Amino acid sequence: MKTIILLILLPLIPLVSKADLNIFACEPEWAALAEEIGGKTVKTSSATHALQDPHYIQARPSLIAKVRQADLLVCSGAQLEIGWLPLLLRKGNNPDVMPGMAGFLEASMYVKRLGITTNTDRSQGDVHPQGNPHIQTNPHNILLVAEAMAERMLQLDEDNAQIYEQGLADFKMRWIDAIADWEKRAAQLRGKRVIAHHKSWIYLEDWLGLEEVATLEAVSGIPPSASHLAVLLDQFGDSAAADFIIRAPYQSEKPSQWLSERTGIPAVMLPLSVGGSKQAKDLFSMFDDILERLLSAKS
Amino acid sequence: MRTLSTGFLWVCLVIITSPALGQTESEIDILRVELAQMRADYEARITLLEQRLDDAEQRAQQQFQQAGQAVSQVDSWQEDISASQVDVGGDNVFNPALGVIFQGQAWSYENDPDDYLIPGFPLGGEAGPLPEGLALGEIEINISANVDDKFTAWLTLPIAIEDGETEVEVEEAWIETMKMPAGLSLRMGRFYSNIGYLNDKHAHSWDFADQPLVYQAFLGNQYLDDGVQLRWLAPTDLYIELGAEVTRGARYPAGGAGHSGFGSFALHAVTGGDIGFSHSWRAGISYLQAEADERVSGTEDEALLFSGQSELLMAEFIWKWSPNGNFRQRNFVFQTEFFWRNEDGVYDLTGSENLPYDNDQLGWYMQAVFQPVPRWRVGLRYDQLSSDNPGPAYMDTPLMPASTDPRRYSVMADWSNSEFSRLRLQYTLDQAGSDDDRQWGLQYTFSIGAHGAHAF
Repeated sequence: MKTIILLILLPLIPLVSKADLNIFACEPEWAALAEEIGGKTVKTSSATHALQDPHYIQARPSLIAKVRQADLLVCSGAQLEIGWLPLLLRKGNNPDVMPGMAGFLEASMYVKRLGITTNTDRSQGDVHPQGNPHIQTNPHNILLVAEAMAERMLQLDEDNAQIYEQGLADFKMRWIDAIADWEKRAAQLRGKRVIAHHKSWIYLEDWLGLEEVATLEAVSGIPPSASHLAVLLDQFGDSAAADFIIRAPYQSEKPSQWLSERTGIPAVMLPLSVGGSKQAKDLFSMFDDILERLLSAKS
Repeated sequence: MRTLSTGFLWVCLVIITSPALGQTESEIDILRVELAQMRADYEARITLLEQRLDDAEQRAQQQFQQAGQAVSQVDSWQEDISASQVDVGGDNVFNPALGVIFQGQAWSYENDPDDYLIPGFPLGGEAGPLPEGLALGEIEINISANVDDKFTAWLTLPIAIEDGETEVEVEEAWIETMKMPAGLSLRMGRFYSNIGYLNDKHAHSWDFADQPLVYQAFLGNQYLDDGVQLRWLAPTDLYIELGAEVTRGARYPAGGAGHSGFGSFALHAVTGGDIGFSHSWRAGISYLQAEADERVSGTEDEALLFSGQSELLMAEFIWKWSPNGNFRQRNFVFQTEFFWRNEDGVYDLTGSENLPYDNDQLGWYMQAVFQPVPRWRVGLRYDQLSSDNPGPAYMDTPLMPASTDPRRYSVMADWSNSEFSRLRLQYTLDQAGSDDDRQWGLQYTFSIGAHGAHAF
């Protein structure tokens, strides 16, 4: 009802192009989401692109300059950006986007985080005590973050409140429809077994009911070793006890190709973020493409 | 539940039937049959109810999983969030971040490193060759935390073993603002000056085991002092940072805390940006003016005291390349810095007091480090210094430069298992000292606990 009223009222409000809300996203999925909600009212940029590993980028001067000018910072959090974000914040001299302020949004704090561990021994590799930070692969999480993000936009830019409310309502409508469609299409993927390059997909697996049977990395964050791949070949060589080997676009394709050639298990590259494949132009097409790639890889 | 209800029925029955105790056996039999029927009936109903409940649960489960139920599922997702955010409390939560860095090495020299001397450039501060042979080097303890919403604090305590004695120093101890408006931030305490590119980098993040000659000769390895630093970041897409510092002037190239303890000041300007996804750069200039009051340099046997003013102008350029910005996979870093120095004052040399000294010196280095595959890096560095002649009065003193400019060639290779561990091999051909020297070094760097991100 609120949406309908807003839809009617919207044309009556003169679209004054106020000073744009400047949104700095750590990952492209959050920049894409900000655009879904804010449209042309927000100016977005992303610290990383989909072909970059967001764990490991440099705290470059260009990024410090962007933090300085940002009104709102949106990052996955849960220590994904620990190697560079604290430095950007310290060097960026922007009090509005410091943790605890309205201009700092840590997306993973608004979803149910998986993989929370109390075992914080570095011999286990890249450990994220606050849980797995790759939350964007479950569309339900996107919806939760969208609500949190719209709330911050409203708070920071009251003049454009209607635009953000309308943007969120519109996005939610389209997104819920899309989820229904994806879940219908993905029903046949339930129970499929996955070998993942890195633990980047546990939210996708949780959503679609996939079972992760192994990872190519023996230790999280340390590139797959030949010895570990040999173990996996032993384990999955004859029995074909897995259905996919999946990796993100920034992860080397060699280990998954190597295992795929010897086991016959299809190796699939999935866009982990917007821009991760040619098809993944926005959040909608990103999930379309993830499903398309999984469904067509099925033998 | 069911047994309880049945028991209750039995009790009721006994109460109902007690007045009829005198009745005939057949009546009791009838009652028994009825009761049995009631019991059977009751149990059947319960089974039915249970069946229904199961069905309902299953249906709910199906609905939950079915497409089109996104919204209800969202609710359940939301409910779980609070559970995942529960944090264990207690005073420990406020403990500062603690990190320890272990750096050890083994160096081999042809010449005695204790006699190391660059003619024309008496070394001050911490400059000079690393200890010969196996050595523990430095254990660096870093402690940091936010003080409150507006201030953050950092403390570096190196534990060094010098001449068999263990010493704990206060290397860095500063407070920095987090919430200053207009792109400003203020740091106060003891800190590495922001001048140059390498000056504020901690030893564990250097690309070579030692500092370039310009840092050794002109800054005593690194200029560290007590004072305040103001930084301003321009609100532009191009990164532009301006900074100013006033420091006590107690350490090389300053000395004696001149001007009543406001002995030196520094300015710096840095800019930088990206070219595409794969290239980024940084360029800057810095200026340091340091007041020296009986500043000590040279070797222990022959200490030189300088009083006067030391001015240093520095220029830096850094270019980094990594395919698609995936620095960890493969990268190449080119780095160069030029230093110009003028020192104007008097030298107090043994035997000849207050010799006027007004001299220009310059130096530069250029280095390239390449990481072809994850974990492995190789690097090359070239160093050079050059000094004007300070005058005939300085003949046969350490301040008289050699006929050829001091220079040095270094090669290194290192392997990092993770960002917390590194082993390095370095070879240096040193033509800066009084005699040519071939130097081999092995070094390890390990970091445990909290470890802050490294600057660009």
